[in-house]
Amino acid sequence: MAESPDIAKDATSPPATPDLLVGPGHDFATVTAKISSIVLQRRTPWGWWVGFAVSFGLLQLLLFAIVNLLFRGIGVWGPNIPVGWGFDILNFVWWIGIGHAGTLISAILLLLRQPWRTSINRFAEAMTLFAVACAAFYPVFHTGRPWLAVYWLMPYPNTMGLWPNFRSPIIWDVFAVTTYATVSFMFWFVGLIPDLATLRDRARSKPWKILYGTLAMGWRGSARHWHNYDTAYVLLAGLATPLVISVHTVVSFDFAVGMVPGWHATIFPPYFVAGAIYAGFAMVLTISIPLRKFYGLEDFITMKHLENMAKVMLATGLIVAYGYMMEAFMAWYSANPYERFMIWNRMTGPYWYMYWALIFCNVIAPNTLWIKNLRTSVPYLFLISLVVSVGMWLERYVIIVVSLHRDFLPSSWGMYSGTLYDWSAFIGTLGLFVTLLFLFVRFLPAISIFEMRTILPGAEPEEDKR
Amino acid sequence: MTKPGLYGLMAEFSEPAGLVTATRKVREAGYRKVDAFSPYPMEALSEALGLHHSRLPLLVLIGGVTGLIAGYGLEYWAAVIEYPMNVGGRPFHSVPSFIPPAFETTILFAALTAVLGMLALNGLPEPYHPVFNVPTFALATKDRFFLCIEAGDPKFDLDRTWSFMMSLGARVVCEVEQ
Repeated sequence: MAESPDIAKDATSPPATPDLLVGPGHDFATVTAKISSIVLQRRTPWGWWVGFAVSFGLLQLLLFAIVNLLFRGIGVWGPNIPVGWGFDILNFVWWIGIGHAGTLISAILLLLRQPWRTSINRFAEAMTLFAVACAAFYPVFHTGRPWLAVYWLMPYPNTMGLWPNFRSPIIWDVFAVTTYATVSFMFWFVGLIPDLATLRDRARSKPWKILYGTLAMGWRGSARHWHNYDTAYVLLAGLATPLVISVHTVVSFDFAVGMVPGWHATIFPPYFVAGAIYAGFAMVLTISIPLRKFYGLEDFITMKHLENMAKVMLATGLIVAYGYMMEAFMAWYSANPYERFMIWNRMTGPYWYMYWALIFCNVIAPNTLWIKNLRTSVPYLFLISLVVSVGMWLERYVIIVVSLHRDFLPSSWGMYSGTLYDWSAFIGTLGLFVTLLFLFVRFLPAISIFEMRTILPGAEPEEDKR
Repeated sequence: MTKPGLYGLMAEFSEPAGLVTATRKVREAGYRKVDAFSPYPMEALSEALGLHHSRLPLLVLIGGVTGLIAGYGLEYWAAVIEYPMNVGGRPFHSVPSFIPPAFETTILFAALTAVLGMLALNGLPEPYHPVFNVPTFALATKDRFFLCIEAGDPKFDLDRTWSFMMSLGARVVCEVEQ
């Protein structure tokens, strides 16, 4: 590892420190063997079966929630006037926000030439896809009759001659989320192609060779192919970067365009985007800490990665805290009695404990990450990542439910709580998310093998060897 | 001087630097139907092969502009021509409201063009290729580096090309069946 300067010289960003990004003593063969063996080992570890069984069990709650919803109608869920939006949009926003870290890691950190993204981008992208799948459940099923939802959502020439209202943020959401899901899938799959070829060439049994070979589409590592591939990958990163920012901006428009105190604020787009990245990095930490432990990947997902993610979480957490501060400030500074009532009601109204729990989870707890000893303690990071995930869920609860439950007229005031079916659907989507992650880790390489090769010392030969 | 059923000659290297140097020398010797294979992308290798800028960025630009026109055109046609409806007193042609969906279709079309264009320029999916007939070629996706000179190259001569490739420091040079 002492002869690493040739790598550091090539990097345009601050001197890369590959010794911290990959454990010592690794070469092309060991990196390939280590990562692909997780997929190609014949025996599935018992721990995998236990985890899969638990998450698959939780997934059945989603089935329970969907069956009840479809047979009995949308009334089994909690939303009712004045709180017309409840768990459905809350969880939609929570899940879609979590997805954003995957795109940030794979696209924005690629453009910023941050080599530390390499070992975490693959499963972060998978996490994005699965989070978007969980998010998509809510808008589709909150219609109650999802098989009719097509003409409410998608512009296609139907027999009634109706078109969606393009002036509504809800239809912007349809375009943003479907584009996001498609582009995230393509980004993930393009990144997988060379690794699928590795699996094809290393798989021992014929059926797996055929399966991985089909998915790899005949990839043979030709320099001409890599040339176009690299161009496509950078272009996709360049396209995904404004996309990811637009998606949560459009999600925030769902609220900001509405005339509800607590929603109608210009700070919403940046504040939502920062919150999405914050929640997403928390989820990447929640996944990567058990993953590296269980599969012994400490050489690839090093302390450096965890610490960098903690720093991103701290930075975005501070932006989110600034957002909370500005909401309170603008409520006072605007001199609008409804705005003032809204923020006072958040702090001291019937849901006061939600607001202060949110401040604890999202403002106080992440600030402990300033301390290096805490930032480099793996159990503490795991704990903080869970606290942040809860905090971001509470944030959406406060924004959605608490803003709606006190209408302009006291005669229209009400309370909201999720029903059994709301909670079943939420826990069921958690089950879906974890189930998909378990399947992903078992059948596809959770770390990008070919990108790991590029950050090894000596990967890019020196030019002046005439 | 070649023989029937021969696709080319394949040299195998164990170090990336060996492949890059050999590729440059092969190009300097005048061979043109040359391809190099590596387990990960290498800029030095693209340069040694003399690869020019990919045509992909232009295709992606065309895709993006098409997406923009298609998205905005759909909105304009649906909301202004086909079914004009007064929603909250807003104009039929509500420019600011039409921007977000048009932006998303721009990204969508551009990204689809990037992926499908990359596959098309690379000729993928390609289920069969002669280079897979080399027994050790499976290592090209692990830690081995390969250089292939096709028999169709005007300078190709089985014996002379074989000894030339051996002189470049290859571990082994073998024939690739068609």
